[in-house]
Amino acid sequence: MSLTRQDVEKIAHLARLSITAQEMPVYVSSLSSIVDFVDELSRTDTEGVVPMAHPLDGQHQRLRADVVSESDTHEKYQLNAPAVTAGLYVVPRVIE
Amino acid sequence: MLHNLFIGELAERLSRREISSVELTRHFLSRIERLNPALNAFITLTGDQALGSAAAADARLGRGERGPLLGIPLIHKDIFCTDGVKTTCGSRMLDNFIAPYDATVVTRLKGAGTVMLGKSNMDEFAMGSSNETSYYGPVKNPWDTAKVPGGSSGGSAAATAARLAPLATGTDTGGSIRQPAALTGVTGLKPTYGRVSRYGMIAFASSLDQAGVFARSAGDAAAALQVMAGFDPRDSTSVDVPVPDYSKTLSQPLKGMKIGLLREFFADLEPRNAALLEDALSIFTGLGAETREVSLPHLPLSVPTYYVVAPAECSSNLSRFDGVRYGYRCENPKDLMDLYKRSRGEGFGAEVKRRIMTGTYVLSAGYFDAYYLKAQKARRLITDDFRSAFEKVDLVIGPTTPTPAFDIGAKMNDPVLMYLNDIYTIGANLAGLPGVSVPCGFVDGLPMGLQLIGPHFAEAKLLNAAHQYQQATDWHTHAPRGYES
Repeated sequence: MSLTRQDVEKIAHLARLSITAQEMPVYVSSLSSIVDFVDELSRTDTEGVVPMAHPLDGQHQRLRADVVSESDTHEKYQLNAPAVTAGLYVVPRVIE
Repeated sequence: MLHNLFIGELAERLSRREISSVELTRHFLSRIERLNPALNAFITLTGDQALGSAAAADARLGRGERGPLLGIPLIHKDIFCTDGVKTTCGSRMLDNFIAPYDATVVTRLKGAGTVMLGKSNMDEFAMGSSNETSYYGPVKNPWDTAKVPGGSSGGSAAATAARLAPLATGTDTGGSIRQPAALTGVTGLKPTYGRVSRYGMIAFASSLDQAGVFARSAGDAAAALQVMAGFDPRDSTSVDVPVPDYSKTLSQPLKGMKIGLLREFFADLEPRNAALLEDALSIFTGLGAETREVSLPHLPLSVPTYYVVAPAECSSNLSRFDGVRYGYRCENPKDLMDLYKRSRGEGFGAEVKRRIMTGTYVLSAGYFDAYYLKAQKARRLITDDFRSAFEKVDLVIGPTTPTPAFDIGAKMNDPVLMYLNDIYTIGANLAGLPGVSVPCGFVDGLPMGLQLIGPHFAEAKLLNAAHQYQQATDWHTHAPRGYES
């Protein structure tokens, strides 16, 4: 196994995912096999190759004029929220 | 029967007012009601709304308006936001999500007068090659319901093959249109990265995702792409390149077209798959195309490269699902961290969590250079290989998949084995290239596809080659047993 249970617990925490005790061994084994599989890349010579972040050349982030283009639709959007009070999203108390 | 007609023929009958869009819509809705229970190709049916849209299309036709898609029923993959209609992306996370706006693809197709019959089933967040990761259960392949239809756009593919609609949208991040098209015997087009707007299309891997279409012929796919393609200021990756008239070049002779045989694709091909491709090559040469071998030496790196890049981008994109603004929220969170972790842990399925964790790992401190940066460099090598190939040939050809549809459950416990299913499709995504899969025969009674890949924005040439192939063959007209009549 290239990853330990502790590794996977740490990754799950970083990813903000609760993983049950039952699921954990499955992830330790499958994530290890995926990491071993992609490790094939380490045997490739990429000396001097520029990393590619975008599939098309010469594309750049467009800017638009700084003018209001959207109307206020927060009420419609908040219909999908699990908990809303007075137009605000409700979460468990953060500051005591 | 109406459902065996191509879109061009349907549009003609609609324009001559021999049939109405309402009649056509009722015909497909009744097929869905009768045939879909065995397939599970839908997550949401929108029959009432469809009849309303069909009546509106009929009114437009009545006023003398004409259009290639006016009054034509279709299905949208449940990854596209549809205003006022549940949009789940195949996930429990979005089981209660009513999209508050339309995706640009939906807006454009709606404007052209199409009639949405429903939202198709898919792998959860488009992560899968078999449509088995859906929260709503696997989709069955109409050619054999013990087999997968491919994924992630499995519902759209199965529904098109079963003639439940003449047209269905899909998305392709690593093969999610072409692979299920091949496994269900339909035509599947993945356009160039940036050709079709992704506004309102739920993101998986943003440097790879592209919207496309399933149809039963290249000509039908061309008609749909004509409407879907084009610049959209609401998508920052949308490219402002003019959209050619695809119908004009569809029937151009292939004389002199240079088609490259990808040596790496043909290397370990199963003999029966190889034989089908040999037959296809002789069709293409008979049509006047020239074939020559080309090599993409870095192509074998494409699967490991993809399974670093795509999970990395997915872990970033899916961080938006926080149980606060929309989507699933766990019961009785004890604090904010518990809310995040349990909402995500309970809302996402096993494969999505696996990909998020893979992505989190390859982006984490100490591993970023070894995995993510390395994969981006390998991606450049693969892309450069394609570029050199397209200096010598117009298009390249290869198989779409290594095998026909496999049994439901066969690869679910071995993610790496499942990932290798995309070995022939992933290269085009990494390089941002357009690709099309067209039916090219059968192995064990199951359909197989051949794939054509072209340079950026060469959709017209791809569709031209695919259309001419379909004029010379009839593989694309075969219907699965039980779905012809």
